[in-house]
Amino acid sequence: MKRVFPLLGGLTAVLLSYALYQALVVAPTDQLQGDVYRIIYYHVPSAWTAFVLFFVNFVASIVYLIRRSAKADMIALVTAEVGVVFCTVVLVTGPIWARPVWGIWWTWDLRLTLTLVMWLIYVSYLMLRRFSSSGQTPVMAAVLAVFGALDMPLVYFSIWYFRTQHPSPVIGGGGSIDPVMLRVWMINWAAFLCFALMVCWSRYRLERLQREVEEMQALESMIEPRSAR
Amino acid sequence: MNFLYAAYAATWIIHILYLGSLVRRYSRLRNEIEELKRK
Repeated sequence: MKRVFPLLGGLTAVLLSYALYQALVVAPTDQLQGDVYRIIYYHVPSAWTAFVLFFVNFVASIVYLIRRSAKADMIALVTAEVGVVFCTVVLVTGPIWARPVWGIWWTWDLRLTLTLVMWLIYVSYLMLRRFSSSGQTPVMAAVLAVFGALDMPLVYFSIWYFRTQHPSPVIGGGGSIDPVMLRVWMINWAAFLCFALMVCWSRYRLERLQREVEEMQALESMIEPRSAR
Repeated sequence: MNFLYAAYAATWIIHILYLGSLVRRYSRLRNEIEELKRK
């Protein structure tokens, strides 16, 4: 396992570099937006990666509520944290793209507002886990995650069923996209998914180590008063 | 073009900051483990 991690890390770095080259050099320029449209290769894959991570968080939370598995709890925590990072990327790159194309940084339309709400839900999930000292924290967090996940389909389908400032879906929404653009987009999404997997793996190892240290500290605090007598 | 580079740079700044926080947490845990071993 110790050898697999650096190998996969190296492969992910190569894939991310290749994806960047594809996005900046190979993908054709958009006739309407010019080069700024290339933000799509970071903005949309980041959003879909966040969706995948929040969905894993949802499944892991249900598993935790049923089986009380510590592993499921750790997976839920890790995917929520990394998902928030990717969702932050979406919320930052979106306005940077909107400014030259729409002429505004932000508008309170349904897609943007629901994405912000989704980000706030998962940030509050992480705050709960960080600052609550109750023994029931993992249960409360899992319940919050299950209800919070209800926002995901609302975010996704908001541009299908409502008129919004945000453009309608090009991929899977009946729109059309240049085949080269689609291929570059898929490469970038694959690269970001691999990157997310590597980050989740590192964070999972860190969480396991942290729980081991907490157990050791708890054991030590139980032993110390006896040895002091 | 500036907006494009700003978006790409912002993406990697966010990821690098997060990875940096993981490295800091890991080194703090390592120190705690060393301390526990010494006791």
